[in-house]
This record gives sequence, C-alpha cells and structure tokens, in this order.
Amino acid sequence: MATEADDLKFRDPEAAQELAADIETQMERIDDPVEIMHVCGSHEQVIAKFGLRSMLPSDLSVTMGPGCPVCVTNMPEVDEAVALAEAGTTVATYGDMFRVPGTVKSLADAKAEGAAVEVVYSASEAVEYAAAHPDEDVVFFATGFETTAAPTAAVLQADPPENFYVLSAHKYVPPAMEVVAEMPDTDVDAFLAAGHAATITGYGLFEEFVDEYDTPVVVGGFEPLDVLYGVRRILEFVESGTSGLDNAYPRCVSRDGNEAAMSAIDEVFALTSGEWRGIADIPDANFVLREAYAAHSARRQFDVDPVSGDGDPLTEECICGDIMAGTATPEDCALFGEECTPQNPVGACMVSDEGTCKIRHEYGGHPEL
Amino acid sequence: MCLGVPGEIREIDGTEAVADFWGVERRVRLDVVGDAVEVGDYILNHAGFAIRKIPEREVEETMAIYESLFGDDVDEALDEIGAPRGADIDLGGEQGDAEAEAEADAAVPGDTDGD
Repeated sequence: MATEADDLKFRDPEAAQELAADIETQMERIDDPVEIMHVCGSHEQVIAKFGLRSMLPSDLSVTMGPGCPVCVTNMPEVDEAVALAEAGTTVATYGDMFRVPGTVKSLADAKAEGAAVEVVYSASEAVEYAAAHPDEDVVFFATGFETTAAPTAAVLQADPPENFYVLSAHKYVPPAMEVVAEMPDTDVDAFLAAGHAATITGYGLFEEFVDEYDTPVVVGGFEPLDVLYGVRRILEFVESGTSGLDNAYPRCVSRDGNEAAMSAIDEVFALTSGEWRGIADIPDANFVLREAYAAHSARRQFDVDPVSGDGDPLTEECICGDIMAGTATPEDCALFGEECTPQNPVGACMVSDEGTCKIRHEYGGHPEL
Repeated sequence: MCLGVPGEIREIDGTEAVADFWGVERRVRLDVVGDAVEVGDYILNHAGFAIRKIPEREVEETMAIYESLFGDDVDEALDEIGAPRGADIDLGGEQGDAEAEAEADAAVPGDTDGD
C-alpha cells in the first residue's frame, strides 16, 4: 500500500511542486471547498514551517484539530498538580506542561513560590529522581497521547520505587476525532491522522471510524512531502466520493502498530470519560490507572484537594477550544499576539511548542517556503 | 511530543540502552520497542523510549529526512532528544551555522527547563 510514499525524497522542490499541481487539479475537479483536519502538533509545525498552506488552493483548508496534548489537558488537572506540589510532594513533569496555566496558577508559578517542581524529559527520569530522593514523594504529572502513555505504563510495570506516583492526564486521540466529526459547526471532509501516535496504535484502529463516519482517514508522516502526499491521497478519496483508509507513512506505521506498547498501555490504564480543555466532555478518551496500580496512583494515595479559581479573566476571551475543534483560527482571537503571546500566554495553545497559536505566532500564516 | 527521533544503539543493558543521536549519546529505554534490538540497530526515540525499531532498509532515508528537518535548527533537535542546549551535536550539512548557533545559545543563561 502507498508504495509511492516510499519513493518520495525529502524536500525535493520539484516533487513538492508536482504534488501541489496535482492537488490543484484535483481541487478543480472536485469543485467544492474541502476541509482536511490533522490532529498533531508536529504536523502543524511542518505545515507552518515549510509554508505548505501557501502552496494549496484557497478552497482547500488544512486545519489543526485537538492534536496538542498539553492544550487539551484540562485546567482542573493542572490545579491537581499544583495542589500536590503545594502540599509538599515533588511534582515532576514534561517541560511543555510547566508553564500551562491552571485556574489559579501554573506549576511554574508554584515553583516560584517555593513548591518543588522538577522538569523531566522522560518518565524514566522521573523514576530515577524518585529513586535518588527516597525521602520525597515524587508525583509524575503524566501528559500526552499514546506515545507518552506507553512509557508511563512501562515504568509502572517495571516496579518503580514506593515513593513514585503518577497523576495521569494522558489522553487517547481516536474518541476525540469522533467528537469533532460529530460537532455541528465542524465541517471536516477528511482526517490526516498522526504518524507517530499511529506507530503505537497501528492504522487499523481507524477502520471503524472510517466506516461509522463515512470520512476518509490517511495516516501521514512528518516531512513536507509526506504531508502533501497525504493530502493528495485524501483528495483521491474525496473526489471519488468514497471514504477509505490509507497509510501514507509506511516507514513508521503498520496496520497493527506496536503491540508491546499497546499491551503495556492496556494493562496499566483504563479509559474513562473526561473533559478535554475547551473542546468537550469526551467519552473513553482519558487514561486512568487501573486498580492494580493504585499504590502508585497520586489520586488514590493523596488527598488531592485543588484550590480552583475562575482563571485569568482573559481566559473568558480565549478561543483555544474553538481553534482545536477547527471552527476558528488563531487570527480570529482578539487576544492573539496582543494580550496572548508565547512570553505571556493566556491559553494553552500559546504555551506548548505543539499549540496552534504558538506555532502560528512563530511562523506566521504565510511563511516563506 | 508527537515527533520521534532516530538514533543508533551503542550499548544495551537489559531494557536500558545508550543511543547516539548525531554525535550526542543519550539513554533510551527499550521496554516498549516491541522488537529485538541489537547494538548497531536504529530506533525511533520518543521521550526517552524507543517506540520502533527502524528496519535496516529504511535507516538511510529516515536519517536524511531528519537531518533536513532539523538542518538549520540545532536547538530543535536538542530539545527532541532532551539534550542540554549547547551539546556537541552534528547535523551534517548545516554544521557550521548550527554549531555557532548552539554556542551562542549556550552563552545565554536561563530557559534550560522552560520548554
């Protein structure tokens, strides 16, 4: 399948122009506007950095959906982590989460006020920190999709020290795609699914989605030509009026995915419903620790009682949720680039390197190719 | 968080390994890689964990892609493998600029743990 994708060479301008020309011809034949949603911050970085939008016809839009794990982490989840830090535990978390505002403050704010917060690069670094500091209770505030849920699961399976706990805010993408596909304001014709999450899950799991929502899904890689190739493949489905599933990233993605990683996730985590910040309450899209791991569950072992506030008054105006649902762009937000900047972010989309607003702020809407 | 980075396995001790990322060695866990990995194999590293062994026939192309992706942005490559900024990293073609950039960055204190 998709052997052509194997042959593409990275950033070959001729190949890019050829693909763009194909896409333009396809759009002329389709004769209706088409909206493609991708669900990955790394896709957005590639699209913005290489100016791919400026190569596409104006009636073809490629928008970013709920693809930034930091952005969809709900403010009360940040409040929980802040409360644990302020109650005297050491909270370890990924750098991306450090400055994300809760309803009252961020972990960075808590640290500035004296709480113990450690930025770690990996789940195993958090475990090593706990092993090296046996007199501290170390809570790993674990965020991200399948690609980081698997490592969290792995360290819990590997008999971590007693003073190591997990506060899971891990999220599972496929149910969020269903919710976005069902939103009345969203007019998504097809999805470009994230390659590295699919490295874990396999692309086969999108079969049901394609059937149920009659929407094409193409798994795409992260070089500019991968993205353009994925778009062209999607338009083939759109033009023929069929839904279908294709793997345009065979270098890294197989049908069944990484079964070792999936079984680790499945053994450690159960899925539960919960709020994705600004988007919706999404069924079965939040990973929580199973009972067998209760001894390492921060929610089970500590009386987490977060102080919650109303948030920065400016968050009332923040439209992160609409942006992540694909119904608004950063430019539609009155705060974008004004009150809300990477230095002083109001919403999470401006904090994370994978947030739509931060990427747009960094590269602009129509950067140089 | 979505982007994995390829590296070459240099040492293995159980589920712990050391991988080389363009001249920078970092520890990588093999718990969830799902395939038998040996010294000399290439893996896709994601937040300190190998999530896929890269088939041999795809190694060259995969490395070329990443070198182009990060070619002019050494900080981004350093961030993706969690290496401290200013580490000695060699991204091939853009080496001269990249090293100068890394040195310039290393001279500026602060923001080592922000993002």
